[in-house]
Amino acid sequence: MEILVCVKRVPDTAENEIEVNSDGTDIDRDDLVYSVNEWDNYAVEEAIQIRDKVGGTVTVVSVGDEESEEVIRREMAMGADQGILLSDDAFNGSDGKGIASILKAEIEKGKYDLIMTGAQADDGAGQVGGMLAAMLDLPYASLVNAIEIIDDKKIKVGREVEGGNVEMNEIELPCVLSIQTGINEPRYVGIRGIRKVASVEIPVHGTSNLGLASDVVGEAGANVKRVDYFVPDMGDGAEILEGSTEEIVDKLVELLKAKGGIK
Amino acid sequence: MAQIYVYIAHKGGVADDTAIELVTAAKKIDADASISAIVAGSGADLDAVCKDAASTYNEVIKIDNDALAYPNAEIIRSVLVNILPKDALLLMAHDTFGMDLGPGLSIKLESAFVADVIDFEGADGSNLKIVRQEYSGQVSTHLLCDIASGAVINIRPGAFTPDESKSASGEIVDKSSEAGDLAASRTYLETVVAEVGDVDITKSEVLVSIGRGIEDEDNIEIANDLAEALGADVSCSRPIVDSKWLEKSRQVGTSGQTVKPKVYLACGISGSFQHLGGIKGSPFMVAINKNIKAPVFQVADVGIVEDILEFMPELTEKINDM
Repeated sequence: MEILVCVKRVPDTAENEIEVNSDGTDIDRDDLVYSVNEWDNYAVEEAIQIRDKVGGTVTVVSVGDEESEEVIRREMAMGADQGILLSDDAFNGSDGKGIASILKAEIEKGKYDLIMTGAQADDGAGQVGGMLAAMLDLPYASLVNAIEIIDDKKIKVGREVEGGNVEMNEIELPCVLSIQTGINEPRYVGIRGIRKVASVEIPVHGTSNLGLASDVVGEAGANVKRVDYFVPDMGDGAEILEGSTEEIVDKLVELLKAKGGIK
Repeated sequence: MAQIYVYIAHKGGVADDTAIELVTAAKKIDADASISAIVAGSGADLDAVCKDAASTYNEVIKIDNDALAYPNAEIIRSVLVNILPKDALLLMAHDTFGMDLGPGLSIKLESAFVADVIDFEGADGSNLKIVRQEYSGQVSTHLLCDIASGAVINIRPGAFTPDESKSASGEIVDKSSEAGDLAASRTYLETVVAEVGDVDITKSEVLVSIGRGIEDEDNIEIANDLAEALGADVSCSRPIVDSKWLEKSRQVGTSGQTVKPKVYLACGISGSFQHLGGIKGSPFMVAINKNIKAPVFQVADVGIVEDILEFMPELTEKINDM
């Protein structure tokens, strides 16, 4: 099975306090810790497990700047067979549809049975997988937390729906799936694994290799554009307890007693 | 002036809670808009939902077909492409169905798409000014979405006030015959209902809920100790279940359990909207998190900016000494 997984390099929200920069045009990117988008990492693990079961190859692709190469390399250290970086200044300012158009152009150069994305990334939109599937006229399932390969024509997928229930579907191949976290336990990548793939060449494709018209990608192709980032008015946010840890513990105990939090 | 369509999700003959939130969202875009609800399904369940929707919307477009008995996003996408005008402005809930349907539908309608919208702030020509959150809710952003050639906009459940006035007496228009071919390459098989765990957290009065801040499986003991001291139960957010440290039945959130305790201690939980969506009944909420930017502080009653791994044992000790 030929599997393509789309990954993104993102600021790790578990490791960073994300702040808006001084003029509100971007988040403050100084000293941010970046990593592979968590959902994408589960998708790559799933792809590797499927390949190990039924054979084939796993290709990891990312749209981003040259620093995204480290993320591709990390996923190759996990076990992906090859990586492709889609990078071009003309891609800057692309909306979800622009990113999906870039990926579509790359996908049409190859032949894939299964295309996976993470269910969402740092912008929380969860849009690229569904757009890509529609552009390619392929069936799609989002929020997938279980995959069972039936044969080379169809697979069974579980979608995580409300209340922790799982919606089971049969879906024809080739298809596009967006992967939910928890579907597997992504393997650990050690420094030795990274070293092994350190010198593997990762091809870089831009607008011209991909045959993309300039009005499809970047700001020119976007019908959704960012105005600014801002910190919302906290309104009646939490009353922050101040003082030494001991003082805070005392205050909290009194509050919990009053509210029925201690039985 | 503007014509806005909203897609109504429903189950078992009952419209989803978002049905009366989407009307508020549509009116926020344009107070004078003509708003039509689209309800797809089959039989008596569908009729019940259409009747209910007609008390909120002036026009209800009904699509009745046996193939729509279960909402398969691929089939509903082709129905909507067939019945909607090319430049339609369509709102739906950003839930697991809307996430499945919205992005692909926007491609087929050749229109814009925006996910998980929490507010609208007017328009500049054909550009709607939209508010969203990014980076796990740590920052907000304004977007301009050009709706000149239509748009599909997914609305965060709970973000707009429900309109419970039931003041409309809408007309139900049957457009079943315009639905077109309902074949699909994805087939719904069944829904596997989540297992019930050893503790039913939906019945708990006090919850010590842990998130990523617990850092390691061995530290779960810290939460157990605090819960024992308080007479509480331990629940958690999604990453804890993803790591297989606690059972799925302990997960609070839209993809887990809906809880309604008196007191909720969110320990090392950032507070994604999916997590907060699982907490009902306005409990007294205490947030303990070392990241002051965590969105949980926007909704908690009391906030404590500390590392839970140091703070929780101190709290446990204090309570045990009482």
